[in-house]
Amino acid sequence: MSVWNRKFSIALSAALVSALLLVVACSPKGSGTTSGPIQLQGMGATFPNPLYQKWVSEYGKLNANIKIDYQSQGSGAGIKQIKEQTVDFGASDAPMKDEDLKSAPGELLHIPTVLGAVVITYNLVGVTQQLHFSPDVIADIYLGKIKKWNDSRIVADNSGAKLPASDITVVHRSEGSGTSAVFTDYLSKISPEWKEKVGAGPSPSWPVGIGGKGNEGVTGQVKNTPNTIGYVELAYAVQNKLPVALVKNSNGSFVEPSIDSVTAAAAASAGNTPDDLRVSITNAPGANVYPISSYTYILIYKNQKDATKGKALVDFLWWGIHDGQSFAKPLLYATLPADIVKRAEAKLDSITAAGVKLH
Amino acid sequence: MLSPTGNTGDAIFRGLMFLVGLFMVSVVIAMVIALASDSMMSIRQFGFGFLKSLHWNPIKGEFGALPFIYGTIVSSLIALLISVPFSLGIAVFLVEQAPHYVARPIGFLVELLAAIPSVVYGVWGIFVLAPFLRVYIEPPTATLLGWLPLFQGPITGIGLLTGGIILAIMITPIISAVVRDVLAAVPGSQREAALALGATKWEMIRVVLVNGAPGIAGAVILGLGRALGETMAVTMVIGNRPEISLSLFAPSYTIASAIANEFTEATDDLYLSALVELGLILFLVTFVVNGIARVLVWNVTRKTGGVGRAA
Repeated sequence: MSVWNRKFSIALSAALVSALLLVVACSPKGSGTTSGPIQLQGMGATFPNPLYQKWVSEYGKLNANIKIDYQSQGSGAGIKQIKEQTVDFGASDAPMKDEDLKSAPGELLHIPTVLGAVVITYNLVGVTQQLHFSPDVIADIYLGKIKKWNDSRIVADNSGAKLPASDITVVHRSEGSGTSAVFTDYLSKISPEWKEKVGAGPSPSWPVGIGGKGNEGVTGQVKNTPNTIGYVELAYAVQNKLPVALVKNSNGSFVEPSIDSVTAAAAASAGNTPDDLRVSITNAPGANVYPISSYTYILIYKNQKDATKGKALVDFLWWGIHDGQSFAKPLLYATLPADIVKRAEAKLDSITAAGVKLH
Repeated sequence: MLSPTGNTGDAIFRGLMFLVGLFMVSVVIAMVIALASDSMMSIRQFGFGFLKSLHWNPIKGEFGALPFIYGTIVSSLIALLISVPFSLGIAVFLVEQAPHYVARPIGFLVELLAAIPSVVYGVWGIFVLAPFLRVYIEPPTATLLGWLPLFQGPITGIGLLTGGIILAIMITPIISAVVRDVLAAVPGSQREAALALGATKWEMIRVVLVNGAPGIAGAVILGLGRALGETMAVTMVIGNRPEISLSLFAPSYTIASAIANEFTEATDDLYLSALVELGLILFLVTFVVNGIARVLVWNVTRKTGGVGRAA
């Protein structure tokens, strides 16, 4: 064996050993360091992510000593991580279930931040007027009971539209999503058959249709396939100028989805919103209410372990439900109605660290 | 531990290499243990029924893996059926027929295809491939072969067939690149011998292919491995419907897509556990399919004793 070879083998060994050491040294440590800026970690819903990122950057300009990191991994991840206390706040579109709240290590509060809506979009060649849908028609299309576009029940709501005699291709979200949860929550309220057969949740077992991944996947399939119907978030539909349908609300009027008709749904539901603010506002009563609307929430422990971080977090959320609301409309989120802001304030005021109020 | 040469450097080096090898094995074992322990809840609840059940309904807490297993295997088989003849053709052309100035750029382009991220294939699938199949391919297929249950039902351009085709496009560069290297490794003397015996070019190429058979089989296994585990591109065009339908036009679902799609919003423990069990099943399916392929390769190698090794 030549000297060169031996040197090479020693060098390679050394390189490997140092690589292994590096791996060990780089393994993540607890992020509990308190010196320097205050670090807040959040994780959860993807739907409010554009707004939360805007909040983080705007709030960072006002408070240079606070660094907030929001990861949009999905509502499921948000609930899981806040329960495991690996993040300072979680985020979820649907409110947490009772059993999830019970199994959490402490009392969790729901702070509503903004609202969104699910809109019905479609691709019908030759139909220029905006389509109108009654709730039972939407349910029966998604149940597979209404199969043709020229079904008499669709025609009844859309007199004058040249509806083709072709099959309806139903498109839904393929991945678990808050959008699907809101949509199926709505369908469960207006259709007993849907409630019994399918139910509400982020990944229901769809009776018919094809699944598209994400808002963009559903949009892609609706745009590219004639005679399709699908549902997407309001913001996504507006940005992409998709045709959106008017939906008949519980007052019997057809309402176009818009930021205002969504806020109206929240305001109309304020009366029956429970004390913990966990509420479904689909199919809310009221003339101008768009019926497929929902809150999105930030989840936070009532008893904060660290007073400094807890105070920073409460201050951030306080800013979010007040000044932060002004960033919602440009990003096509509906803002909180005034009395819900009042009730969210009370929630934030109740947060303590070691028995001391933080706000 | 002393090496045969008595050299300490060698001994240290060998020890280190042993550790590195061991590390790899332990990662695999640790993965299986983690998957098995995290899916315990679902395994206890459903037992073998999980493998046989057709129902996947997270809201009602019913979980069955059969539609996903079916979708995974069938989409990969479609991919292989389309891709293998193409890949062999590309490789034979590049090695045996194309002049150098043609073979170089084509070979380069084929390899470039292998480097395209799968999400790009997926987007292309939604916007180009699916509409193309819906308008130009699926209707005539349904007219000609509609008497077969394979080609019945509504035509949307989204479904098992589209998933299989996109997989075929994705694995073709991998298979053809490896086959090309295998064919290039067949000694020139084999070709000369065949030609000297009066073989035509076609007969000579057959000799080369038989010689390269084990390597070709290895290339196919490599492609199959990618097809079985591919997630992003497939999920964008397969329709994501956990249902077994004889029709290739119908939407389907693969294991990898299901995990990727549903993991983020899975909150309750049984649901998560069922998804992890799907991961365990994918692991086992890949393992079994690879095992079968390897036995096949081994059989062929014994008979022909050709060049090239399974990957």
